[in-house]
Amino acid sequence: MSDLRAFRPLVPGTQPEYDADVYGSTKFRAPKQQLLQVPTSLTEATGPQFSPSRYPSIIDISKVESGEAQGQRIVVEGQVTDEDGRPVPHTMIEIWQANSTGRYHHDGDQHDAPLDPHFQGAGRVFTDENGMYRYISIKPGAYPWRNHHNAWRPNHIHYSLFGPGFATRLITQMYFDGDPLLKYDPIYMCIADAGSRERLVAGFDLDLTMPEWALGYRFNIVLRGRNATPFEDSNDHGDH
Amino acid sequence: MSITTASQTIGPYWHLLPFEGWNDLTRFGATGDVITITGRITDGTGAAAGDCCVEIWQPRPEVENFDGFGRAATDKDGGFSFTTLRPEPVPGVHGRLGNVQQAPHVGLTIMARGLMKALQTRIYFEGDAGHDQDPVLNLIEDPARRATLVAKKTGAAAYHLDIVLQGAGETVFFAI
Ligand SMILES: [Fe+3]
Repeated sequence: MSDLRAFRPLVPGTQPEYDADVYGSTKFRAPKQQLLQVPTSLTEATGPQFSPSRYPSIIDISKVESGEAQGQRIVVEGQVTDEDGRPVPHTMIEIWQANSTGRYHHDGDQHDAPLDPHFQGAGRVFTDENGMYRYISIKPGAYPWRNHHNAWRPNHIHYSLFGPGFATRLITQMYFDGDPLLKYDPIYMCIADAGSRERLVAGFDLDLTMPEWALGYRFNIVLRGRNATPFEDSNDHGDH
Repeated sequence: MSITTASQTIGPYWHLLPFEGWNDLTRFGATGDVITITGRITDGTGAAAGDCCVEIWQPRPEVENFDGFGRAATDKDGGFSFTTLRPEPVPGVHGRLGNVQQAPHVGLTIMARGLMKALQTRIYFEGDAGHDQDPVLNLIEDPARRATLVAKKTGAAAYHLDIVLQGAGETVFFAI
């Protein structure tokens, strides 16, 4: 039986706005009309469920069959929970990133940095029953983009999560502790709340670090939590 | 209470993720009333949005080997297409909106460079019964805006929806 409870509204300021002057590509893509507040029904409360049998895990992207990628090997571990601290078990996480020189294995990336034949840059892992996930990669390089003069993206790994419902879909980016580019990055900086920005930064973790092999980083992710009421009609609040 | 992790744009390089064949929701062997849904996404200048990640989710029908999920990339012209099973009505919403059954629809998520958060909406289908009673369509007063969620019937089992991210004819997007 599916969980049919609605998801709680997001805390104001903790998410970026669609319209962000500092990020040029939002100019003609951000909707101008106010979003329609829609009550939760089966379509929103539930969502696609993935299993490794149909979506096989790719846990170690630091190498391909023909050899090892160039760069600093890293192991990234973390927990996916909801806002109430409950683990989100058996949920799929997709990741993708640039190689160690800051170049994506993608036709659209024309950055003048070498491609690495041993690095494809995409992985897929599932959380366990405690919401824990782990993968192995190499530290991505910073790369230039044309948003403004001398614009460089900080080191980052892209994340895609689904969670339990259509309403919990999350695309985000993981950053690295101490990166001097963070404070100049419009995509990172357009989140108003400093705490919410800082939670996108993975911490170096000596306990996760593997001797003579890989540096460890910890990155926890929080997905939206649910209300108490099933099929809540949000329009019932506050007006009678 | 913890706070939900902040959204970031999917950027221009999300195609590194696997999605080949994922726009066919019958890919695991589901059988039934097969339909095709095509669409085209344009931006506030009328230009094609050629780098979007488009996903659909439908909780119905509940049949074997159908997980209700598909992913497609928009092409240079902003176009995308899905092959799926015809969605069925889903239970309604309690409360002021009444517990009226909802007309068949699929949930739609659009992610792209320039979108700091996913855009979510629905696709309904021209010719289906129940649009007049549908509790979500009825939240939209302007008939022209309501029509932005209804895909035109282009064949016996084919539908097409134009999606406008911004400006004149802007699609109704949801806060869920
Ligand atoms: Fe990137």
